[in-house]
Amino acid sequence: MGGYAFYVWGSFGVAAVALAIEPLLLRKRQHDVIDSLRRERSADQQQGKTV
Amino acid sequence: MRNSLAAQLPATSAEAGGLGALSVLAAVIRRDLLLALRRKSEVLTSLFFFVIVVSLFPLGIGPEMALLRIIAPGVLWVAALLAAMLSLQRLFATDYADGTLEQMVLSPAPLGLLVMGKIVAHWLVTGLPLVLIAPLLGLQYDLAPQALGILMLSLLIGTPLLSLIGAIGAALTLGVRGGGVLLSLLTLPLYIPALIFGAGAVEADISGLGAVGHLSLLAALLALSVFFAPWATTASLRIALE
Amino acid sequence: MNNKIIHWFKFGSPQSFYPLAGKMLPWFVALAVILGIAGLWLGLFVAPTDATQGEGYRIIFIHVAASWMSMFLYAVMAFWAGIGLALNTRLSSMMASAIAPTGALMAFLSLWTGALWGKPMWGTWWVWDARLTSELILLFLYLGFIALQAAIDEPRRADKAGAILALVGVVNVPIIAFSVKWWNTLHQGASISMTKAPSMAVTMLWGMLLMALCLWMYSIAMTLMRVRAIILERERHSDWVKHAVE
Repeated sequence: MGGYAFYVWGSFGVAAVALAIEPLLLRKRQHDVIDSLRRERSADQQQGKTV
Repeated sequence: MRNSLAAQLPATSAEAGGLGALSVLAAVIRRDLLLALRRKSEVLTSLFFFVIVVSLFPLGIGPEMALLRIIAPGVLWVAALLAAMLSLQRLFATDYADGTLEQMVLSPAPLGLLVMGKIVAHWLVTGLPLVLIAPLLGLQYDLAPQALGILMLSLLIGTPLLSLIGAIGAALTLGVRGGGVLLSLLTLPLYIPALIFGAGAVEADISGLGAVGHLSLLAALLALSVFFAPWATTASLRIALE
Repeated sequence: MNNKIIHWFKFGSPQSFYPLAGKMLPWFVALAVILGIAGLWLGLFVAPTDATQGEGYRIIFIHVAASWMSMFLYAVMAFWAGIGLALNTRLSSMMASAIAPTGALMAFLSLWTGALWGKPMWGTWWVWDARLTSELILLFLYLGFIALQAAIDEPRRADKAGAILALVGVVNVPIIAFSVKWWNTLHQGASISMTKAPSMAVTMLWGMLLMALCLWMYSIAMTLMRVRAIILERERHSDWVKHAVE
């Protein structure tokens, strides 16, 4: 990269990492919501059985 | 305070029409000024804050007059922004806490007018004192008499702008947790054009370029925000009180 | 005609948009990946070395694309927020909230790559160039919007307050950009103008265009992902969400 390697790869590297982390965080957020909804649901069903 | 406001505001829309917009405006301004006079310490706090911040810079930078003369417009203007920031939190907070604001929203007088009155009162209490004391602080920075005049003029046009734009932020953060810090995060970026043209006017005058261009742009911003800021503030207040 | 209108409004409800967004998502991800590979290939391997800036200029392929997207996304965010405020449609406001973090990320990337470009070209990490300064202020505006919405617990109030802030911001962005440019030309000695961009070869232009399109598709994909999560979080007590989770 003609002496500019640090700057060029510093730019593209950080951009690539940031653009990869965002979807991973979003996927985790989506899974967390669904998990908590499922837990809520199964808790409701168990309550329904005991009553 | 609720009673005194009710006494001063028209009770019906017919009465409001009879009173006219100007007297409604005057009533709100008179009330807020009266309240401010009863709580003098709050008024003085932001003024002293302005004076202290401006006086701190030479201590941090050093007493070289040549340097101080260059940074004076920027320092005075940034200190004015921060002082306005400090007082903005209380613009609607007390009226919100004691329910007066709700009455204002329900009152037949247009809310935009009442909000305008509160903004004018806020400027008279916190903005105007800064304008008046600025030349004294400018002297500490060895500004020339003409530059002092331009400084006062730029603050005279600029500080109402700060109150108008700040009112939007104050209304948006009303009753929100961490409101004070949030208010500065929302409002300070919007203050940047005022800072650039205000401080720029003084700098342009010092460097002999003439301050007319800066001052007229500042005045144009003021005219723009007189139209739009009360509208945005009113909408924000209605949302906060929903 | 009438049917068509009803058809479109149907997707205005979170309930019917949720599965639609899920179906569109893979397409936009695929488009972003394909455009990204093509843009990077053009930008890093095909485009010729610049005569004055050497290989260092290749940073613009990501820098310019991120800057464009950060500005464009703010306008789109304000648009959806305004629609949400005017028509009282929940989904529009959710879209605005979903765009903001991606927009802030674009503004950050623009600043980061700008700094890494500035160091070899101007010998300093940061110059108070008009464009870099405006970009920094744009980042502040994004952060203000996100912080305001995060501080308000009641979702509808957060939507509306955010909408007013976004609208005030979008009116202010051109004023801020103009004032910063004015300020910058007045203090010409202090900074170097960035307008002296390298004269563009056609391949460079194509590379930039492809990268911009890639980030555009990426932003749409991220917005769809985030809006899906927001819909679930906000509508968690409704029956359809409970059924959808099964």
